[in-house]
Amino acid sequence: MEPLERYRPIIDDFEAFLAACERPLGNTVRVNTIKGSVERTLEALADDGIAYEQADWNPRVVRLETDSPGSTWTSFHGLTHGQEEVSAVPPVVLDPQPGERVWDSCAAPGGKATQLAALMDDRGTVVANDNNLGRISALRFNAERLGATSLAVTNADARTYSLKRFPFDEFDRALVDAPCSCEGTIRKNPDALDNWNEGHISSVSGIQKGILRRAVQATREGGTVVYSTCTFAPEENEAVVQHTLDNESCRVVDFDLGLEHSPGLSEWDGETFDDALERAARIYPHQNDTGGFFLAKLEVTAE
Amino acid sequence: MSDNDGQQFDRLPATAAERTVEGRASREEVIDYFEDRFGIPPETFADYTFWEKGAGKIWIYAGEASTPLGIEAIGMTCLRTRQEHWKPTTDFVQRFGQFATDCVIELEREQARAFAAGEDQNLEWWDGDWGYLIAAHELAGDLEPLGIGLYVHGELRSMVPKGRQRDI
Repeated sequence: MEPLERYRPIIDDFEAFLAACERPLGNTVRVNTIKGSVERTLEALADDGIAYEQADWNPRVVRLETDSPGSTWTSFHGLTHGQEEVSAVPPVVLDPQPGERVWDSCAAPGGKATQLAALMDDRGTVVANDNNLGRISALRFNAERLGATSLAVTNADARTYSLKRFPFDEFDRALVDAPCSCEGTIRKNPDALDNWNEGHISSVSGIQKGILRRAVQATREGGTVVYSTCTFAPEENEAVVQHTLDNESCRVVDFDLGLEHSPGLSEWDGETFDDALERAARIYPHQNDTGGFFLAKLEVTAE
Repeated sequence: MSDNDGQQFDRLPATAAERTVEGRASREEVIDYFEDRFGIPPETFADYTFWEKGAGKIWIYAGEASTPLGIEAIGMTCLRTRQEHWKPTTDFVQRFGQFATDCVIELEREQARAFAAGEDQNLEWWDGDWGYLIAAHELAGDLEPLGIGLYVHGELRSMVPKGRQRDI
């Protein structure tokens, strides 16, 4: 937990934050509405004697009381998909519509890409990209199990992504759920901080900046880009968005979030950020008993 | 006629008359197969395109794409052609099997459990067609397709792929 000490000055009730980080996470699934309604899926869970609780902010996110969420009828049928509660937030904030062209730049293993497809009633095009070929097989497996027919899966570096392979030259929306130092997954992966160092944060933030800039470039004017990470490090969050604001045509916009959260930071370690970054959201583990997360919503503007 | 290139996605020709690649199924043949065998109405597929990548592997896709296309995947694999008996995939059957009216074998809960675990079982009471069947069971008040099975000589063999099998 020692690396997290650097956040003591920015997190309210830091002791509660640390205590939450020590507690393991429960099992959460997302109801996959491509395959069935929320109502029917809940009925199937109840018939199997599995106790559940729907999240207040999203009826499709369900906490299960079972040790084996993968060995249920709803999972076998692809009616549910194991997905951490905060990990279901970015697609909701991106708010894709049926028929649109949407890019998920770092999509494997596919929980969010298939959620985007579900939010679009599986109509339109979700380009699910990942640069890691090994993780593409997990993405494909989940896409097929969940019945997402609107996914196109590509294997490329998101920073230099080309749309030449598609019959369109820009996206309506893009999700950059960036590779990160994963500090916020400490409750799921107790060894998440084992190899923590500032050098890693610095190198990964360079990659994040490249991907977010490409996402803004590849999205039409008036379109939406959501940037998210599962880490607390401002170098990977506010600083990445600030860099993109400085170099691309976009602005940070407000969004509603049914979960308790804190605003984005206006400064960190001597660097100040645009006031608009307070529209970003920092979700801490002790606020909603979840993992940690960062989100910013951008609108692409005229050049 | 040219040969199939297994490394890229090619959109299926609308009809056999428009075929340019040897042995490739047409969209019409695929839709006819789903209707003839399982009673799935052709209009179910009005908004989908069908593609071949790999020898005989047919993919169903709802999004936009131009042909040919060299990417990892589009939509889902739905059917294996280029063999005597065409074989739907378990994932396709779970997604579209609710529209089927024929060749659907309804299993009791214990039989469904064995099917999901990948086990073969004797089900001699079945008096319908032999060959590939959609196995289904009742879930929350409705029939829910489990996957594809092969019925021969009184035995239903589960075709659920290893990675999809579960002990429930």
